[in-house]
Amino acid sequence: MRIVERINRDLLKPVLETSWRFYAIVVVCGAVVAWALFCWGWQLHYGIGVTGKRRPEFWSLYITNFVFWIGISHAGTLISAILRVANAGWRRPVTRCAEAITVFALLVGSMFPIIHMGRAWLFYWLVPYPNDRMLWPNYRSPLIWDFFAITTYLIGSLIYLYLPLIPDLALLRDKASGWRGRLYYILSLGWRGTETQWHRLEKAVSIMAIVIIPVAVSVHTIVSWDFAMTINPMWNSTIFAPYFVTGAIFSGIAALIVAMAVLRHVLHLERYLEEKHFSNLALLLLVMSLLWAYFTFSEYLTVWYANEPAEMAVFWSKVWGPYSPLFYTMIVCCLVIPVPIIAIKKTRRVWLVAIASLFVCAGMWLERFLIVVPTLGHPRLPFNWRGYSTTWVELSITAGTFAYFILLYVLFAKLFPIISIWELKEGRRHEEEIVVKSDDVEASAFQF
Amino acid sequence: MSQWGMVIDLNKCTGCEACVVACRTENNVPIAGEEQTVMGRQINWIRVERYWEGEYPDLKASFMPVLCQHCDAAPCESVCPVYATTHSPEGLNVMTYNRCVGTRFCANNCPYTVRHFNFFEPKWDAPLDQALNPEVSVRPNGVVEKCTFCVQRLHTGRARAKAEKRELTDDDVRPACVQACPTTAMYFGDVSNPESEVSKQGESPRAFHLLGELGTKPRIIYLKREA
Repeated sequence: MRIVERINRDLLKPVLETSWRFYAIVVVCGAVVAWALFCWGWQLHYGIGVTGKRRPEFWSLYITNFVFWIGISHAGTLISAILRVANAGWRRPVTRCAEAITVFALLVGSMFPIIHMGRAWLFYWLVPYPNDRMLWPNYRSPLIWDFFAITTYLIGSLIYLYLPLIPDLALLRDKASGWRGRLYYILSLGWRGTETQWHRLEKAVSIMAIVIIPVAVSVHTIVSWDFAMTINPMWNSTIFAPYFVTGAIFSGIAALIVAMAVLRHVLHLERYLEEKHFSNLALLLLVMSLLWAYFTFSEYLTVWYANEPAEMAVFWSKVWGPYSPLFYTMIVCCLVIPVPIIAIKKTRRVWLVAIASLFVCAGMWLERFLIVVPTLGHPRLPFNWRGYSTTWVELSITAGTFAYFILLYVLFAKLFPIISIWELKEGRRHEEEIVVKSDDVEASAFQF
Repeated sequence: MSQWGMVIDLNKCTGCEACVVACRTENNVPIAGEEQTVMGRQINWIRVERYWEGEYPDLKASFMPVLCQHCDAAPCESVCPVYATTHSPEGLNVMTYNRCVGTRFCANNCPYTVRHFNFFEPKWDAPLDQALNPEVSVRPNGVVEKCTFCVQRLHTGRARAKAEKRELTDDDVRPACVQACPTTAMYFGDVSNPESEVSKQGESPRAFHLLGELGTKPRIIYLKREA
C-alpha cells in the first residue's frame, strides 16, 4: 500500500468510523458536565456562599482552576509555534493535538472568572462597549488586562488551529457525505489545492506562528499580574511573570503528553505518535521542570532570607504549617517524580512519561492553589487569619471543567483529524522522497 | 470642601464593641447567623481586633478598632475592573453597589481586610427587618461592601447646614461609631481645618498610621496605646 493511502486510512479512521468508546466517553463526560451545570445554577441561585469562599479567602478554587487552565493552554500554540518556527521536522504529528488543547483549555479557563463573580450575569460590564452612561471599564485593573489578553489569545489560537486544518477539511469534504459533508464543505473555504492557495496558506501559518508566541507569553504574564500587582505578601513579586509562564509551559507540555499517550493508545496511532516524539517532548518537560524548580527556589529563598513578618506568615504556612502537605506533594509531583523518570533513558518510555506528566499536571494545579489561598488566608493583620475548606459545589464545578475539556477534545477528534494529514504527508515526502504523481487521487488535498 | 478623617485613641478603647453594634444598626449590616459567622462570612464594617500578650494568668488584652481607612492611595480602587469603588472629592473611599460585579479583587488587595462580601442574600430576622435605616441602601447578594464613614450622615449634616444658611461644622457630622463610643476614643471631622478637634488630636506624638509603611496614606490616625 502506498504511504499516502496508509496515512489517509489510519488518520481518517477515527473521524469516519465510530466505536463504542466514543459514545461511552461522551456519555460519562456529558453527565459530569450536566451535574456541574446544575451546581453552577445552584450557586447562581443561592450565592457564592455555597462555595468554601469566606473572608479573607475571597478567591480560591475557581481562580486556581482559571490559572491552571490558562496555563495548560500554553501547551499547544506556544509549543507548536516554536517547533514550527524552528522548523523541527518531528513536530508534524504533534502540532494539531497541541493546538486543540490550547483552544479548549482557553475556553474552559476563561469561564472561571465568570463563574467566580458574585454577579456573574453582569460579566459583560468588563467589556468596553459604548453605553449611554459613558462608563468604561477601569483600564488600571489587571482583570481588564486579562480580558484583553485572553480574548486576543483565544482568537489567535483559533485562527492558528484553523489555518492548517483547511487542507485536511478539503480532504474530508471529498470523502464525507450528509451533514458532515456540508460542514466540511463550508469550513474548507473552497480549498482546491492550487499553488496560489498553498503559497498563501503557508505564508499565513508562518505569520501566525510568529505572532502567537509573544501573545501566549503575554497571556500568562498578565494572569500572573492579577497577583503580582497587588500588595499582598508573597504575591507582590517581580519574578511572578516568568515564573507563571514557565509553569504554564511546563503544565502545558505535561497535558500534551498525556493527551498524546491517550490518543495513541485509543486511536491506534503508534505508527505516527512514535517513541521519539514522546522522548523529545519529555526532554522539553525535563528542562521546564528544572526551570520551574529554579524559579520556585528563588522565590521562596528570597522571601525567607528577607524575613519580613507578613511574608513569613505565608511562607511558614506553606513550608511547615497547614498547607505543607500540599506543598511537599507539589514538589514531589513536579520535580521528584518526573525528573528521574525522564532523565534515565531506560525509563523514558511512553507510558512512564505519560504517568509522570499526569503527576506534573496534578502538581501544577496544587502550585496554583498554593499561590492563591495561603496568601489570602494570612493578611497583614493577623486577627483576620483563617483556614480554608472547600464544598461539594466547588469540587463539582472543578470536576465538571475537566470533563468538559475532555468532551470538547473528544468531539474535536471525532470531527477533525487530530493529526495533521497534509503536514505528515509533506514530512514523509521530505524524508522518504516519495514521488507524487500528478494524477494522484488525493490531489485536491495534496498538491504542491 | 471638607476633607474627612478620623482619630482613634487606643488609650481610651476598652473593647466594648459599642461602635460595632451602632454601625450595624445604622448601616443595615445583614446578620450572618452563627454557622456562617464561624465560617468567616459575617460582615462587620468596624471590628475590634483583640490581641493577647503574656501567659495566663498574667494576660493583657489590647484592643484596636479597625474600619475602612479611607486611604488616599487606596489599593482597592485601582484593581476594580468596573469602577465600583472610587474616591470622592472629600477623601472618602466610596462604593457604588449597583456597579459591583463581585470579582472581590478589591477585598483581596485591601491590606486591612476591611472589605466584606455578601455571600448570600442579606436577611434580618423579625423584628429586625422592621428596623432598617431608610437612609442606607440594602446591599444585594454578590456585591462587596464596607465602611462609608456614614456618608448618609454627611449628606444630612450638609443639608442641615445649608438649610440654616451656615458653614458645615464638625458638630453636624458624626458617624455612628464615633457617636456610640462611651469613652470618646474616636474623633471625626475635617482634617483640612487645623482648628478642628480631629486635626489637633492628630498632632499627638502618639499618632501613627496603621500599616503606614505600605504608603496607602490612610485617613485614620491611631494614637498609640501607652502601657
